[in-house]
Amino acid sequence: MGAQKKGATARVSEDPEELARNPLQAILLADSFATTFRPITLERPKVLLPLVNIPMIDYTLAWLESAGVEEVFVFCCAHSKQVIDYLEGSQWSSQPNFSVATIESHNSISAGDALRLIYERNVIHGDFVLISGDTVSNMLLTQALQEHKERKKKDANAIMTMVVKQSKPSPITQQSRLGTDELFMAINPVTKQLLCYEDKAEYSKGFISLDKTLIADNPSIILHNDKQDCYIDICSQEVLSLFTDNFDYQHLRRHFVKGLLVDDIMGYKIFTHEIHSSYAARIDNFRSYDTISKDIIQRWTYPFVPDVLCGSTAIKVERQGTYRASDVTLSRSAQVGSFTFIGQGTKIGNDTKIFHSVVGKGCTIGSNVTIEGSYIWNNVNIEDGCQLRHAIVCDGVIMKSGAVLQPGVILSFKVVVGQQFVVPAYSKVSLLQQPTQQDSDEELEYADSTSGTGELHSEKLNGDIAPDLSETASELGTGGVGYIWSVFEGVQDEEWRHSVAPIPTDKLVKLMLDEDEEQLTQDGNVLSASGELKADSDDNGSEDENNEDSRDDYVFFEKEVEATFLRAVHENVKVDHAVLEVNALRLSYNMASVDCAGAIFYSMMKLAVESPHSSATELHKNAAEMITKWQKLLKSFLHDIDEEIEVILKFEEMCLESAKEFAALFPQVLHLLYDKEILQEDAILRWADEKEGADESDKVFLKRSEKFIQWLKEAEEEEDDD
Amino acid sequence: MPDTQALVNDFLNKLKKRKIEGSQAAAKQTAELLRSVISQTRVPYTNQAAALIQSVKAVGEGLIAANPVELAVGNVVRRVLHIIREEDLSLTTAAMAGLNLSAVSDDEDDVDGDNQPVLSAAAIAAASRSTLRPPSLQTLLEDVPDSAAVPHTSSSGGDSEGKSKSADKSSRSRKLKHDVIEAVNELIQDINTCHEQIAEQAVEHIHQNEVILTLGSSRTVLEFLCAAKEKKRSFRVFVAEGAPRYQGHLLAKELVTRGLQTTLITDSAVFAMISRVNMVIVGAHAVMANGGVIAPVGLNMVALAAQKHAVPFVVLAGSHKLCPLYPHHPEVLLNELRSPSELLDFGEFSDCLDFGSGIGAPLLHVVNPTFDYVPPKLVSLFITDTGGHNPSYMYRLIADYYSADDLVLQRRATSGN
Repeated sequence: MGAQKKGATARVSEDPEELARNPLQAILLADSFATTFRPITLERPKVLLPLVNIPMIDYTLAWLESAGVEEVFVFCCAHSKQVIDYLEGSQWSSQPNFSVATIESHNSISAGDALRLIYERNVIHGDFVLISGDTVSNMLLTQALQEHKERKKKDANAIMTMVVKQSKPSPITQQSRLGTDELFMAINPVTKQLLCYEDKAEYSKGFISLDKTLIADNPSIILHNDKQDCYIDICSQEVLSLFTDNFDYQHLRRHFVKGLLVDDIMGYKIFTHEIHSSYAARIDNFRSYDTISKDIIQRWTYPFVPDVLCGSTAIKVERQGTYRASDVTLSRSAQVGSFTFIGQGTKIGNDTKIFHSVVGKGCTIGSNVTIEGSYIWNNVNIEDGCQLRHAIVCDGVIMKSGAVLQPGVILSFKVVVGQQFVVPAYSKVSLLQQPTQQDSDEELEYADSTSGTGELHSEKLNGDIAPDLSETASELGTGGVGYIWSVFEGVQDEEWRHSVAPIPTDKLVKLMLDEDEEQLTQDGNVLSASGELKADSDDNGSEDENNEDSRDDYVFFEKEVEATFLRAVHENVKVDHAVLEVNALRLSYNMASVDCAGAIFYSMMKLAVESPHSSATELHKNAAEMITKWQKLLKSFLHDIDEEIEVILKFEEMCLESAKEFAALFPQVLHLLYDKEILQEDAILRWADEKEGADESDKVFLKRSEKFIQWLKEAEEEEDDD
Repeated sequence: MPDTQALVNDFLNKLKKRKIEGSQAAAKQTAELLRSVISQTRVPYTNQAAALIQSVKAVGEGLIAANPVELAVGNVVRRVLHIIREEDLSLTTAAMAGLNLSAVSDDEDDVDGDNQPVLSAAAIAAASRSTLRPPSLQTLLEDVPDSAAVPHTSSSGGDSEGKSKSADKSSRSRKLKHDVIEAVNELIQDINTCHEQIAEQAVEHIHQNEVILTLGSSRTVLEFLCAAKEKKRSFRVFVAEGAPRYQGHLLAKELVTRGLQTTLITDSAVFAMISRVNMVIVGAHAVMANGGVIAPVGLNMVALAAQKHAVPFVVLAGSHKLCPLYPHHPEVLLNELRSPSELLDFGEFSDCLDFGSGIGAPLLHVVNPTFDYVPPKLVSLFITDTGGHNPSYMYRLIADYYSADDLVLQRRATSGN
């Protein structure tokens, strides 16, 4: 007995992790903190939107449950009440070995805030799965978890494992099949450590920068652009505390992942786990909604497919991937094509054609209706002769006879489309008016509709609708109810990228042409483009350094300095700041202060010449003003005589080449510079000495300033006499 | 009751999530679950069998609906129902015999009359049994023993009849439950040992220097082949790999570790190899009442090849795989479409599945059915735990295991929804 006890305690101390084995936990963010699903998300949270007729969150929860997660914390923010009510009424509240707890917040505006709040609650006791409520997957977690645990045991800094999956981006649009931007990842193929994570936004300029140390530290690196981020993360507890420590982390990827990758002080590491045969994807925008719906219908997500989730007595799969509920009323002449889902209690009239679409529960569809590639939710009423192509139609919408939806249309809840009305492509229609101030910051999703205020708003609006009818009727035809949201400038061109509709061919052709052109002009563009760039972003300079000859460097540098100087003049930048900027340029171009002095002087004189003047005296006055004003800037780069001589040489060069008007004024300006104590007499005399032995042609300016030099020499001698 | 409810829910969940692989496991777990349901059910004084049937049906309907493709679940539910009916019948006949006995002894007070009522009880039992189902070949051939044994024991109880009627009733109710549970235990035992029972017959079928072909992997087939090997038969096995799950690879590995001469071929090479094969031995997912087989995908092709070359096509099936339904029955879901990822790598094909360009509809459709249907005329022989049978005999065999009243179980389930 005693021995046994001893053995038991020994084992415990040996393997504390075994003792501390907690039930596997998961954090499910039931809020995307993005506005991509507006206007629908103004009325209903994204996680409750039906995906092939089942709320998205059910897919996520079903997967978590089958993957062996025992405790899920659902973080609700926007429309939290709806989410909580749904979960309470659903099967998830009464599962054995699978508990779903909700955490409610009204003021979180980002994933970062959510995780900080969860950290405060102190409910997570070990490794956890971090997932958002709009993820569909059927992967097995066991292997990924085990890998994560083993790595963690070896290296306490390995705090996160990201799940990735191969998915080739389209070469034309540079976006993945899920409508997200092309993703660039650098991964160490042996350890699977993630070294670099860039969304397209950052490297659209045509280059990506990798830290030199990465290449030094890792024997091999593979750069991927064909990996899709599944947004399923296995995290250690430290992740939560990291979010708390870094209160500015908002976005999981943009801030947190990148922050960790850049930060080499703490040395936290992120690893990847690639899945091959299983499926995982996140619904990020309307395009991925479309893609993932089709994947589900094609059964890539098996066993999370409608006929299994709902029970196959209720929904049956027929030939060509048609899913039909048991009590559908289908006219004999109606045609239901392949990859189509028809929900319970739906009635479909004569000669109606439905292809590649999802039709929800309790819909009434009239005769001669054409539905193609569309998502029709529950209790929608579509009258005779309507046409729908690649549209999303939310609950309770009424389409009067003959109405047409062009590709990419979103009709939010309870919108009424008038007779024969044609809703233009890519329009978003809602009963709610478009929020007037659009948050350009993507993080602030739902900011104006957080937690239930949206619902109140809508109720109020519903009341208002009756008197407003006459006004809105014009927007959606006779008898129509709803507002067509206007598209913001700049976003418009991009609308097709994230829409449910396939990309129109003319766009693709245009993109292809653009790309060709870009490649053609790229070589010619390099000079001017980078020149412009450098004007504001000094620190990018180093990247270009490698590309160009050192001879050209000075030319660029001079241009940069000139641009900086001009900006300083026009924007009244303080001299100190201008000095700093020029210094930064000097460092980035690896130049000496001699070059700076030359370049600044050149810029000053050039400006003086370029500013309006009618006579030589005025020009002199201009130059004098310029020098007086900016003498401090110039002086800060004149540390010794050599630099001063350089200034004189530069001036000489200018007078010969670019600014011949100064040629006549050479001695005067030289005198001015001497007076302002920019040039010391030693420098001028040395210059004169050097020039003494030069060619006759070189002595032009020396001769012109002979008088001045003579005076200088005399003054010196006088001094000596004294 | 709550703990059985939890058990039921748990099992339902597993069935729904397709987490139970193999019909043997499903059958066994269903039987065990139903056993605990029966033992938890409180039976009233009258009509206990009806109460038991009620509760088993309630659970069974849910189980069948959870995964209609796994026919073994439905089979076991029906068999348990059949067991309850049978036990109830034998108990009532026994009681009637007892009553008759006491009535006779009361009236005539004659010791010699003892013999006749027992006979009459047996006759009643036989009569009522014949109304229940058509007489099976099995019972006709080897008629007897249990129906004679039961009245005998209860007739001894009949002697002490007048003492306490209520005590007798409660013991009877306990007896029914007890008997049913005993019988279900036997069923579980049968399911557990079906592999061995089938494998025992291996020597009769596999002869020296034969070449056996099989497709995919089946535990029954593995045990069968190994049993023949243990009996010192030397033969060779061709294993077709069984795409897309390639379980044939596992089978080949297992066979080799057991010392069998094994050749692995692709499914598409079956026709080329069949002329060298002496016998095809495969497992099944379910055997239907008409002798048709629901089997892993690819087997119909093998059966056709075997027919072409007149090679015997032998199907091994435990009795839990015998399904009383016909494949043309509308409620029988013959197939299950699994994930296309078993066929091809999603990542490699992701550009073909980009719905953003083109017509916005998938041009590539990957279908991955799990099962094939092999019609009875292609099957030469079924080997179940009770011996070898012709396909045309299957409906009689099935009549032994199921009551006609329970066949409609599933239709009720759908109308209930």
